[in-house]
Amino acid sequence: MKKRNWYLTVGGFLTLTMVAYILVGVFWTPYNPSAINGADRYAPPSFLHPFGCDHLGRDIFSRTLEGASSTLTIAVAVLAVGFIFGLIIGALCGYYGGSADALIMRLCDTVTAFPSILLALVVIAIIGRGKYNIIAALGVLFIPSFSRLVRGEFLKQRDRDYVKSAKLMGVSNLRIIFIHILPNTWPVLLSGLTIGFNNAVLSEASMSYLGIGVSPSEPSLGYMLSDAQSVLFNAPWYTAFPALVVILLILGVGLIGEGIRSQMGVAS
Amino acid sequence: MAKSVLKRALLLVVTLLLITVLAFIAFQIIPGDPTDSILGLEANEAQITSLRAQLGLDLPPWQRYWSWLSAFVTGDFGHSYSYSMPVTELLASRVGVTFTLATMAFVLIVVISIPLGILSARYEGGIVDRAATTLTQLSMSIPNFILGIGLYYVFSLLLRWFRPEYVPPSQGLGAHLWYMIVPALAAALPKSAMATKLLRGSILGEMGQDYIRTAYSKGNSKSSALWHHVLRNAMIPVVTFLAMALADIAAASIVVERVFGLPGLGQMLITSINNRDYPVVQAIVVLVAVIVVSCNFLADLLYRAMDPRIEGR
Repeated sequence: MKKRNWYLTVGGFLTLTMVAYILVGVFWTPYNPSAINGADRYAPPSFLHPFGCDHLGRDIFSRTLEGASSTLTIAVAVLAVGFIFGLIIGALCGYYGGSADALIMRLCDTVTAFPSILLALVVIAIIGRGKYNIIAALGVLFIPSFSRLVRGEFLKQRDRDYVKSAKLMGVSNLRIIFIHILPNTWPVLLSGLTIGFNNAVLSEASMSYLGIGVSPSEPSLGYMLSDAQSVLFNAPWYTAFPALVVILLILGVGLIGEGIRSQMGVAS
Repeated sequence: MAKSVLKRALLLVVTLLLITVLAFIAFQIIPGDPTDSILGLEANEAQITSLRAQLGLDLPPWQRYWSWLSAFVTGDFGHSYSYSMPVTELLASRVGVTFTLATMAFVLIVVISIPLGILSARYEGGIVDRAATTLTQLSMSIPNFILGIGLYYVFSLLLRWFRPEYVPPSQGLGAHLWYMIVPALAAALPKSAMATKLLRGSILGEMGQDYIRTAYSKGNSKSSALWHHVLRNAMIPVVTFLAMALADIAAASIVVERVFGLPGLGQMLITSINNRDYPVVQAIVVLVAVIVVSCNFLADLLYRAMDPRIEGR
């Protein structure tokens, strides 16, 4: 073992902390996140309310717990949609090649040229707000970039000797794709997944901040930040804590991705 | 060279046409009729029919597409439902702010990332390098809008170097541009971080090439090898990245405009999505699409011009 991989250590620690924090929020929050309490309006951070209170006297700590778990759920679902379809499309395109591959990749390039948040806004403008619509919109928009990534890896692997010998032994194409080639592409795919995760968190938070995300009744870090901005000067904690949660979530996973890349010697 | 450029240009036109078709179809499948939002729900049948004829909604889709497209290329983007004025006029009054923001952000990215990238590659592992690596990792983890809010808090509210409210150009161009520095920084920082990282990696990659070893053996110092031999080649991926970054600046400016209350295209887009003012949404989306696709075309041309090894493909 050469130099210790600090990226993986710090990133892993941060991510585990954030996941633990969010898991706690699923089972227990110190207060009801939507309980309104007039006496505690804009209460600064204290022992009773570690992150302070918002304009309706709601406990910000409880609300970030709930908002972060909603953000995490959306990000994971978006990744699942984008990755599964991207994997299938990319694997088939990379393995078989041909004119269908060229056409699909041209299409993917066109879509990935656009900032995903802009396209997602347009899709939401058409199909309406809500958690599931966000997942659908972002998930579909993530397919092209994953397809490209997977395809690139399959293209590198498909002419290797182990694939040729598997073919000679009469292994079926599907088995070669998923059992023989796929495990060799994991380092690159994992690092791609960390980037995708961060884009998903970023897009969801930005869209909710713009008011075009989950529906306003659902808790969301983006909405909290949007509400908090008007009282930024007098209640900076209302902005600081939700912002910190978003940043730590992205930073932790980003560092893990960086760690995987430096460990495997993969170019970013 | 000429042939491949022509091929690219043809592809550009096809892509643009495809985008207009998609944008047209997308806004056709929206449930509900534009007449509802114009006339309200109490309109009678005759009013609706006459308005539909007036808007051309009774024509077959391909005819509507054609008339929409031919109007669009001549600069007629239709009529806004909620502002009851031509979309072109509406956008013309807002495009300036977004243009200023995007230009300043782009300049900032170049000014920040190129010196920083060169410095951290030249003194690899040194203080500048380590500070830059940490800062780039950090600023890539902060969404534009949170960065914007943070910068606003520090520079406008705490230090009061900038006015807390938007300063329109009518109050003096200098004051306007001064106000725009912080929004531009918020839009530019994450991209600057990526560009710095890319340039650093690219320079270090070139430094290990054979031709640089040759340059050393001919008596070049590290600095002169860097300035005279490496940089020209190392800049190729960075220039492409910068051309493509314009698309992301456009996306970043949507949130940044909201943070700083800038009356630009991004704010217009959000308002129009909320008002279901589809002609405006459609116009902004197609305009941004045209800019994005053109930037990519430009990036491709630049790439070819700088690296003659790339032919055809």
